[in-house]
Amino acid sequence: MTSQLFMQQLANGISLGSLYALLAIGYTMVYGILRLINFAHGDIFMMAAYFMTFSIVTFKLPWYIAIIVVIIATVALGVLLEKVAYRPLRDAPRMSIMISAIGASFLFSNLATYLFTGVPRGFPDIKVLTTTVKVGSISLSVATLITPFITLVLLYLVLFITNKTKIGMAMRAVSRDFETAKLMGININRVISTTFIIGSALAAIGAILWGSRYPSIMPLMGVMPGLKCFIAAVLGGIGNTTGAVIGGFILGMSEIMLITFLPSLTGYRDAIAFIILIVVLLVKPTGLLGEKVTDKV
Amino acid sequence: MIINKKNKLILNILLFLAFATIIILLDTNKIGDPYIKRVLNLSAIYAIVSVSMNLVNGFTGLFSLGQAGFMAIGAYTVAIFTVPLADRAKIFYITPQNPILAQIELPFVIALILGGLLAALVAILIGMPVLRLKSDYLAIATLGFSEIIRIVFTNTKSITNGALGIKSIPQMPTMWVFFGVALLAIFIIWLLINSSYGRAFKAIREDEVAAEAMGINLFKHKVMSFSIGAFFAGIGGGLLATLLATVNPNQFYFTFTYNFLLIIVLGGMGSLSGTIIASFVVTVGLELLRFFDSPLTLFGVNIPLFRPGLRMVIFSLLLMVLVLFFRNGLLGQKELSWKVICDWFNRKKRKKPAEGGRA
Amino acid sequence: MKRKLSLFICILMLLSLITACGGSQDSSATADEDVIKIGVFEPLTGMNGGGGLQELGGIEYANKIYPEVLGKKIELFVHDNKSDQGEATTVVTRLVEQDKVVAIIGSYGSAVSIAAGDIIRNAQIPTMAASATNPMVTQGNDFYFRACFLDPFQGEVMANYAIEQGAKTAAVIMQNGDDYSVGLGNFFINAFKELTGDDNSIVDISEFQLNEADFNAILTNIKAKNPDVIFAPSAATTAPLIIKQARDLGVESLIMGGDTWENPAVIDVAGADAEGIVLSTFFDENDPATEEARRFVEGYKEELAGSEPIIPAVAALGYDAYILLRDAIERAGSTDGVAIRDALRETKDFEGVTGIINFTEEGDADKNIAVIKTVENGQFVYIDTVEVK
Repeated sequence: MTSQLFMQQLANGISLGSLYALLAIGYTMVYGILRLINFAHGDIFMMAAYFMTFSIVTFKLPWYIAIIVVIIATVALGVLLEKVAYRPLRDAPRMSIMISAIGASFLFSNLATYLFTGVPRGFPDIKVLTTTVKVGSISLSVATLITPFITLVLLYLVLFITNKTKIGMAMRAVSRDFETAKLMGININRVISTTFIIGSALAAIGAILWGSRYPSIMPLMGVMPGLKCFIAAVLGGIGNTTGAVIGGFILGMSEIMLITFLPSLTGYRDAIAFIILIVVLLVKPTGLLGEKVTDKV
Repeated sequence: MIINKKNKLILNILLFLAFATIIILLDTNKIGDPYIKRVLNLSAIYAIVSVSMNLVNGFTGLFSLGQAGFMAIGAYTVAIFTVPLADRAKIFYITPQNPILAQIELPFVIALILGGLLAALVAILIGMPVLRLKSDYLAIATLGFSEIIRIVFTNTKSITNGALGIKSIPQMPTMWVFFGVALLAIFIIWLLINSSYGRAFKAIREDEVAAEAMGINLFKHKVMSFSIGAFFAGIGGGLLATLLATVNPNQFYFTFTYNFLLIIVLGGMGSLSGTIIASFVVTVGLELLRFFDSPLTLFGVNIPLFRPGLRMVIFSLLLMVLVLFFRNGLLGQKELSWKVICDWFNRKKRKKPAEGGRA
Repeated sequence: MKRKLSLFICILMLLSLITACGGSQDSSATADEDVIKIGVFEPLTGMNGGGGLQELGGIEYANKIYPEVLGKKIELFVHDNKSDQGEATTVVTRLVEQDKVVAIIGSYGSAVSIAAGDIIRNAQIPTMAASATNPMVTQGNDFYFRACFLDPFQGEVMANYAIEQGAKTAAVIMQNGDDYSVGLGNFFINAFKELTGDDNSIVDISEFQLNEADFNAILTNIKAKNPDVIFAPSAATTAPLIIKQARDLGVESLIMGGDTWENPAVIDVAGADAEGIVLSTFFDENDPATEEARRFVEGYKEELAGSEPIIPAVAALGYDAYILLRDAIERAGSTDGVAIRDALRETKDFEGVTGIINFTEEGDADKNIAVIKTVENGQFVYIDTVEVK
């Protein structure tokens, strides 16, 4: 293995990992507060990619305006999802809420197939993001190059919101103890909506960066990234934002490294994520950075 | 009518006779056609898998999403061992079949049971570590295992023929294969949940800590429920393989499990009879909804909404409505018995004069 | 309250069941005499939803151009098989038993076609697959025909072409779990090894997963081995991603694919990076092989009205499948399954859009000519016609 090859694969891994990380933050925040695997998160991400395609190709918006429009639309969709599919089940058994999440995900992908058909669409070419630059002997697109930085900046922003603002404090309180937080007069619904706003906005940004790198948009594009990013969140310690980002990077990197070092096993790529998940759940269910949660009896 | 033991027995026999007559009539092509038979056979298979899933999810309270993987094991066992030896070389035309497997041909029944046992064995191996996990972690872990099984099957080309799938699986001449096995499977599960094991399962579902305090061995019972569930899912998968005469790994993508999830939610988590009814309602209903997919012209006007995909949108909308507004499904945790039906009719009778009086 | 509601829903479902049954019987009873029914089963949703939809476009257009046979109107019965085998067997049985079709067209994706095979053989309904290239589809099935060429042929064509271009080494990328991709890839590997006489001429074989978007790692590995050509048979959904990422990584090898690549989506998504790719296909839009092809290209382009800049190859095949069946029914002079099958077998030098068609013993279109195309200035451009004996 040449060092040049390795460096290129390293870059591939970091860039894929940072995309996973962006989505994983959304999962981890929702789980932290609602104790719910938001199965529909991957589909929100898929819808955001379609929104972007439509706003640029159909409505001919300039890309910088389109990005804002897409983030707003995606956030609206995320909040709507929470209001319709999750809020009515707040006091229902966990299993019902999860089935509702699976149902929502199922509905979104069927709706997308119905509305946009299975014929793949090209993601609009945003020149600023897709130009290729050469760093030494490694070639990278601008999107690849800036994704890790965007991820880190957004992580910092999310950490700032959760740690330094009032709503963030409320979020932490709700995540620690739902019932007590309610008794203390925290507006639970507002906290949860905020969580979905942040998560969906990150999914939208993730979708734009993803689309610039992998510009084929189709109804089922969100399924696997969705599952993998949830796994990244579990790996990092569910509920922990920094953990989710680290988990995303590790997952992206291990997929790429499997192909780099064991090229005969490329057929098992998707299994890696699930194997990591199961190992983490068995060895350290709290993940890398997760706190020990004691079950209340 | 009053329901006592004797009446109940008579009713049960009558019900079985009616059921048997319908199957015999269908079988001899007196009524229906192969399309109706196929849909009914598929419903019977879905009933087996859904009931097995309900045993784990509804009765034991373990949220498992691994059914597709266990079905794959059963389906592939039947596929690998029952295809006539003469056809093997043609099917495995890229990667030759493993020389040992290429010489083994088993009768269908043995392959079917073997498939179920293998599924159960895998379930025990998976279950030992995974069943310690709690609700949603368990769900995602079982889903993960189901995907791992599918990916392994895609890659072990000399055994499963990988992506190319296996065809020419011998088909069964009679509907009794599907309905007989379904009856037997449901009867065994019914016996199980009404035994002391079944009560233990339900205790675990209601409150794990309390169940443990009562002296129930949590781990043993969970593994038991999980592996029996997997066994019947494997049987269901084997039947599916013979019904379709072909298997392919992509069939067992994890979203396949969602079909059964919908069925048990509709039927009621923890209700066998509800699940069986729901299996038929969903399978037949999906066929009936098919007209949503073809363009509809009403009074010479083309309704633009009707086009491919609408059926699945409606299907998923129904699932959402069900979860949001009818969380207990058709029967909740109750069972449909003669007594329930009888009470229901009696209540109606009693109600009628009362209403008349008011008027 | 809830109990009443759920009861109400149950009754509603039952009612719809009864009415729907009645409805379907009505339609089949009245229309028996004056129309000839041809069934179509295609994946319109699910993994192959895109390809199925494009193929259906060609079939429906053919129905518009040739709406009649034996003096009767042809009615198409279209059903979605959701890219799922179980669903495929159900809809084909439905076509046979409820819709009472005399012939069937379908399906995109070999797996679903194979699943339907036994039902078709037992019911003796002649069926024409438009683009299912897996040999197993028609193997041992008297009633299954196909309008396209097979994977082994296409693999050989591409290997031949690569070697003509002076290629000494090749890398192959296949989709793990996709029978089309794995089949074609393996035939290419065998043909390439045989033609070069060197087992090491295939320097890399990589597989990718269902719905995968990231090919950077695979392509980086391939780049390091610097093959002369990369052969990547794959669906139109993934093809542009492979092409684009390869070029972004600075891979300069010739990139080649199969017939699925002749799809507007490839150029649309890959953009400038699609320039110079090579693919084998069935027909050339700009140099129609037959009179039929010329008419089809003109007419269908108008029909598409710019919604797709290029005619997808599968649409041309769908069109051919339809006119082949129609021709056979015409010649058979009846709607009897066996008669139509025999007529199909006797098809001689039929002028289709995708060339002159005869059938082999197995019922495969005996095509020994493939068209090689490349992409120039955002258009598929004809380079060569390859003949393999």
